[in-house]
Amino acid sequence: MALDSKIPAGPLADKWTNYKNKVKLVNPANKRKLEIIVVGTGLAGASAAATLAELGYKVKSFCFQDSPRRAHSIAAQGGINAAKNYKNDGDSVYRLFYDTVKGGDFRSREANVHRLAEVSVNIIDQCVAQGVPFAREYGGLLDNRSFGGAQVSRTFYARGQTGQQLLLGAYQALERQIGLGNVKQYSRHEMLDLVVIDGKARGIIARDLVTGELERHFGHAVLLCTGGYGNVFFLSTNAMGSNVTAAWKAYKKGAYFANPCYTQIHPTCIPVSGDYQSKLTLMSESLRNDGRVWVPKTQADAQAIREGRKKPTDIAEGDRDYYLERKYPSFGNLAPRDISSRSAKEACDDGRGVGKTGLAVYLDFADAIKRLGRDVIEARYGNLFEMYHHITNEDPYEVPMRIYPAVHYTMGGIWVDYELMTSVPGLYALGEANFSDHGANRLGASALMQGLADGYFVIPYTIGSYLSGEIFTQAIPTDHPAFEEAEKNVRDRISTLLSINGKRSVDDFHKELGKIMWDHCGMARNAEGLTKARTMIRELRDEFWKDVKVTGTADSFNPDLEKAARVADFLELGELMVLDALNRNESCGGHFRTEYQTEDGEAQRNDEQYTYVAAWQFNGLDNDPTMHKEELIYENVQLAVRSYK
Amino acid sequence: MNFKLRIWRQADSKSNGKLVEYSISDVNPDMSFLEMMDVLNDRLVKEGQEPVAFDHDCREGICGMCSMYINGRAHGPMKLSTTCQLYMRNFEDGETITIEPFRSAAFPVIKDLSVDRTAFDRIIAAGGYVGVSTGQAQDANAIPIEKHHADMAMDAAACIGCGACVAACKNSSAMLFVSAKVSHLALLPQGQAERKTRVLNMVEQMDEEGFGSCTNTYACEAECPKGISVTNIARLNREYIKASFSGD
Amino acid sequence: MNWFGKFLTSSIGRKFVMGLTGIALVLFLIVHCGINALIFVNDGGVLFNEAAHFMGTNIIIRTMEIGLFVGILLHIVQAYMLAVANSKARPGKYQVNSANANSRWYSRSMTLLGTLILLFLIIHLKHFWVVSRFTGLEETSYGAGNLYIEMQEVFAIGWVVIVYLIGVISLAWHLLHGFQSAFQTFGWNTLKYRGLIKCAGKVYAILIPLLFALMPVAMYFEWIK
Repeated sequence: MALDSKIPAGPLADKWTNYKNKVKLVNPANKRKLEIIVVGTGLAGASAAATLAELGYKVKSFCFQDSPRRAHSIAAQGGINAAKNYKNDGDSVYRLFYDTVKGGDFRSREANVHRLAEVSVNIIDQCVAQGVPFAREYGGLLDNRSFGGAQVSRTFYARGQTGQQLLLGAYQALERQIGLGNVKQYSRHEMLDLVVIDGKARGIIARDLVTGELERHFGHAVLLCTGGYGNVFFLSTNAMGSNVTAAWKAYKKGAYFANPCYTQIHPTCIPVSGDYQSKLTLMSESLRNDGRVWVPKTQADAQAIREGRKKPTDIAEGDRDYYLERKYPSFGNLAPRDISSRSAKEACDDGRGVGKTGLAVYLDFADAIKRLGRDVIEARYGNLFEMYHHITNEDPYEVPMRIYPAVHYTMGGIWVDYELMTSVPGLYALGEANFSDHGANRLGASALMQGLADGYFVIPYTIGSYLSGEIFTQAIPTDHPAFEEAEKNVRDRISTLLSINGKRSVDDFHKELGKIMWDHCGMARNAEGLTKARTMIRELRDEFWKDVKVTGTADSFNPDLEKAARVADFLELGELMVLDALNRNESCGGHFRTEYQTEDGEAQRNDEQYTYVAAWQFNGLDNDPTMHKEELIYENVQLAVRSYK
Repeated sequence: MNFKLRIWRQADSKSNGKLVEYSISDVNPDMSFLEMMDVLNDRLVKEGQEPVAFDHDCREGICGMCSMYINGRAHGPMKLSTTCQLYMRNFEDGETITIEPFRSAAFPVIKDLSVDRTAFDRIIAAGGYVGVSTGQAQDANAIPIEKHHADMAMDAAACIGCGACVAACKNSSAMLFVSAKVSHLALLPQGQAERKTRVLNMVEQMDEEGFGSCTNTYACEAECPKGISVTNIARLNREYIKASFSGD
Repeated sequence: MNWFGKFLTSSIGRKFVMGLTGIALVLFLIVHCGINALIFVNDGGVLFNEAAHFMGTNIIIRTMEIGLFVGILLHIVQAYMLAVANSKARPGKYQVNSANANSRWYSRSMTLLGTLILLFLIIHLKHFWVVSRFTGLEETSYGAGNLYIEMQEVFAIGWVVIVYLIGVISLAWHLLHGFQSAFQTFGWNTLKYRGLIKCAGKVYAILIPLLFALMPVAMYFEWIK
């Protein structure tokens, strides 16, 4: 099947307006008859479920957590971008569009990104109307701050809890619809397969995590709003439950998986402290507004710090290397995430890392405290400082923070067209689960924007294009053979997992997979390592199915079993990521191939050969997937070397 | 570090549970409490026993999913922190640590330390929102909001819905949770249109769920990981009384 | 149910009734304590007896007395109903509970303290209210019944004084929580007034019971005659 991205014709700035004017509508009487399944209740899922229910569709909403409010969007700290230009600093829809395309290292779809920039302003309006308590100035108007990769202040925020407040806004809108009877909520339910009938997505198999019962649910359309797959690395800033399972099942049922190798490694996380570590904690990128990143200039000083002979405050100003300011004078500490992360890795690889492990750099607030006073810093970042203190037992007001990059976000995901529909008709992917807007690297404060854009303002229009053709489709009874078969497959997989009764725990395998991914498909990759990694992953997967130990039963609340099923999917995904990384013989954004770099170590893109989206089609685990190319056509932006110098 | 753990084991909501003892050694003081539980569970799995079921997700203190009652305190001994933000260095070497689920009639135990907190969702569904459908909003800066009020609203909105207030309250009252949402929205101009019906409906739902009433012991405030103030409960009372007696 | 019934049966409405009757009792105690304090004039009870006579015969006061009893009854009945409902809200109790780490014992023990006060109240009513209203007091030369002499007789007995002391100490703890709690329930415990309410509550909860406690003690030790 050729990939049709369905980008509307016409000038960039008019595409979305033209689309909306022409898209087919579904009349209210028909909407009542159409059922939509929304999987996931993060920003994308909750906003989509609420909005579609407001429009009159019958919605079923699923989440594996105990409440829709727990989805991991809640943990986003820094903020949400919008081209409001409230600061009068020259921002515009075009600039937000351009910054996002450039930030994505020219690997995203122009039309999608422009639409995102357009609706960004509506998001802020909508959220404020819902009562999201954004930060305000004394005059009562909204405050903004600046974020990495941008030279304007366009980021709206609610202390260090922006994701929480936005999610609660969407959650409350969703709960309102649940209260009105327009949405049926299924919490502690996990989607374990997609049901495809006559080539169209028609439902899901979900497991009630409390009783273990498998349920069949029909929908005229299925929306996957299931987030990213960063937990393939075991250690990431994702929540413990974040997983790829729903997206992976869709992939195995025919949805193409696009650009899986694009992973974002966030530069400001709290470093790993030991091998028992279960997850990594992000310190908001907003900290880089006032914090200065440095390591000692000499290896000797760094070693002295690692061994505890010197304290960071002992290093004289002249002996410190503020490497981001040195290398990228115009963006300095606010250089984009991929660049900052890689620079940190380079400094540590050079033997100048700090902390006991040598895998950390300093984020220093001494200057900011001197300049602005402790009170101002406390007002801006108080809760983050507290969190850091809590975790590390070090007071960041006194000693510089130690930070190190960690897996944070995945730009890749299910391939979707302009309407957010996947290659399976009737199946949609929204938010981090799709691939579309961030190219090879996502800018800070753009994930919240995309999740809400997709859910509040894109899908309510685009879904009409498909559902208007479905108004005569009656609800398909769930005893249809396709449901039977899907349920049987799920049941078999579960009983296999429980019957292996091997020696190694699920976490053992997950940790090992994570290490392979981090070492060979992390911040820096090369053909040799990737090839090796592919073999290692296959071997590990075989071992998993021979030697994993899963306790408990299928028909009860069994977190061990849930985890096993998720890790089994990660073991398949990992291989696809490696394959995609091997295929992309260039460095761009979050994908850095050591073979492809400039003399001064910057990423070297290959626009001639790789300005495309790699969308992978599943052909069975024993065969290589087929790659479909979607050429990226840049009509409005000149492809340039991404310079933040 | 070494610890003796006494953990509540309960097969499901219908069974009776009991405390079971485990010992755990070589615990790194920099481990988080949940990582210590991971280590224990990993061992139990390898020994062929069922691991302890407990709720957790983000492990950075914001999702509100973790919920243990540790040594007689909701979320353990540290102020202003959730269970996932607790570190083993907060305990004494050799200590006996008792771990129970949050207990309340409105929060039935699902298994071991996992409880069902969907009652909170139903309270929000009863009115904890601003009824504005997508697309109806005016420009965000059209309504200036006094910073002081915006800040107070944010303080209340910081609630993570973990249920520690219910767990700590001797009456299993959900007043702190409900008051946080009522305050957040009552303090903002956006929340005014539904101000009366919101508080009446939310309190009605709260009572239906089987939470106890508030006897102002303020245990909730002391145990709230986000420091939600009981002045919000005063505001809830005020809003409820006003809404009930309002002449129109 | 109409709005008023709904309000009264809601958790907040029930607490409102507790607070309202509580504050009514707080006000009553000021009057009660003020009049009884007249014994400290040490005039052989003349002023006190006259005041008591006025309170016992004035039609407005007698009407208010009925209100007072209704209030006490409501306070008691509602309290026990709430206590039962609140206990049902947690069927399985904690095996280990460090409640002292997050709240005061007396805040958690209002039912117990209230019960002690109720027992004391029964004894107290039998000692004085029943005598002055029904069985009759000794006559004085100035027309009022001699409640003062009644007090002297009652407070000459050691165990009675001890019972009274237990009663007023319970009352003090009960008030220490109850006073500010009522204001919280009314919704007046805002950031601005929180300090004032707390402080007034403490002063009241110590001062009034202290004065009450002094009465039996002073009579027992015959500091006043």
